[in-house]
Amino acid sequence: MSAPVTPAAQPAIVVEDLHKRFGDLEVLKGVSLTAREREVVALIGSSGSGKSTLLRCINLLEVPDSGRVWIEGEELRLTTDRSGRARPADRRQVDRIRRRCGMVFQSFNLWTHRSVLENVIEAPVHVLGQPRDEAVARAERLLAKVGLDQKKDAYPAQLSGGQQQRAAIARMLAMEPQVMLFDEPTSALDPELVGEVLRVMRDLADEGATMLIVTHEMAFAREVSDKVVFLHQGRIEEEGPPEQVFGNPSSERCRQFLAREGRL
Amino acid sequence: MLDLLQFGDSGWGDEILRGAGMTLVVAVLAYGIGLVLGSLSAAATLAGGLLLRGAAAVYTTVVRGVPALLVIWLLFFGGGSAATWAAGLFGFSGRVDLSPFVIGVLAVGLVSGAYAAEVIRGAVQAVPAGQLEAARALGMQRGLILRRILVPLALRYALPGLSNVWQMTLKDTSLIMVTGLAELMRVSFVASGSTRQPFLFYIAAAVIFMLLTTGSELLFHRAERRAARGVRRAGA
Repeated sequence: MSAPVTPAAQPAIVVEDLHKRFGDLEVLKGVSLTAREREVVALIGSSGSGKSTLLRCINLLEVPDSGRVWIEGEELRLTTDRSGRARPADRRQVDRIRRRCGMVFQSFNLWTHRSVLENVIEAPVHVLGQPRDEAVARAERLLAKVGLDQKKDAYPAQLSGGQQQRAAIARMLAMEPQVMLFDEPTSALDPELVGEVLRVMRDLADEGATMLIVTHEMAFAREVSDKVVFLHQGRIEEEGPPEQVFGNPSSERCRQFLAREGRL
Repeated sequence: MLDLLQFGDSGWGDEILRGAGMTLVVAVLAYGIGLVLGSLSAAATLAGGLLLRGAAAVYTTVVRGVPALLVIWLLFFGGGSAATWAAGLFGFSGRVDLSPFVIGVLAVGLVSGAYAAEVIRGAVQAVPAGQLEAARALGMQRGLILRRILVPLALRYALPGLSNVWQMTLKDTSLIMVTGLAELMRVSFVASGSTRQPFLFYIAAAVIFMLLTTGSELLFHRAERRAARGVRRAGA
């Protein structure tokens, strides 16, 4: 952990003029964004607006075509291959950055051939080289924190969606990430299971985690985030504190979106 | 008549048993070669450049497109020359001859690999992308993801097909009797010729093949159950 020199001031994530296209479709058309340490940023917008792609460009699950990304002050080095496509310049840097950026997926993506506990200790043991018993002890504490201490020996298929997502959050936390990326963490859940996942995320926010959250849960975004970013067709249309974006948005598109979501 | 199957000088029992042993050894070695060739070919198809993809396509298309017996004949008559030429590249002079055993293992392994390649390719593609993304997002390196995530998950989808390839490989070894190698089929052929009791010996061979195939089937079933741990079964 790097000690924050000026708490709540140092940028944890800086994105500058990010462009990404899939074939003929330009998904991101020059997006710039800053998230400070201990800040919770909610990314909202209709589907296809580019918010998930933006998140996936930060830990390079997608490689941006152009633009720059800094994680905790370290810039991701990109280059172009012979066919002119962008790709990471240094694979080891990518692995290092990913260890510092946890990610939670819409579809949980717990490994189905491993128990909940094995899912949580996999990366600490095999990536960070932690001793197994230490990793297990930590994993048990984390599973208790997300309310799954009774389910540590269960396989993902034996859990509800909400339980799977909480286990996936524990798996991410086991790496002690400096930045947490949440990609629509509750969108695949039955409505009655959404609350338990949001509760865990709210606790993390209260503890001062730096979080980037792509979400459709407007009430949650309004309550928990420090900053709300509204994306529309690959551009940031509106950005500001939740009171401003939800209370008095200046962009007409943002107004329309919030009205459709029943939030204005 | 059954005394023809006795062990010792008067019966063919020990020859048949040794032939069955040879069949099993050839099958296991050929299957091993097949798994290696199949994995390499699948990797080339899924992740290789144009050249590797092309080589894999030629290999699986040609070897699956001609009868296994023809592959054996080609190796039998061309294998020695090819080996001599290859040895020449490394500075060896003189003729290299391949034994019927080596030819048999290589030929059946080639065929086995061509079928295994398709099974493995399909199994790897059946692994949900999210399972690998989760590993990448945690900073796991490629080799680690391959070993800890991709292979165990792909095995789940590959085992039924690989079990099939094993059965086929085991039975294909019978074709190498044409090279004179004393495996189960050759021994049965020779014994039935010299005793004029073909039915006795071919039925004995059939029984032994059945024992080998059903026995290995059981092993594959156990492996499948193990690979499928964590998968929700109906009613479980």
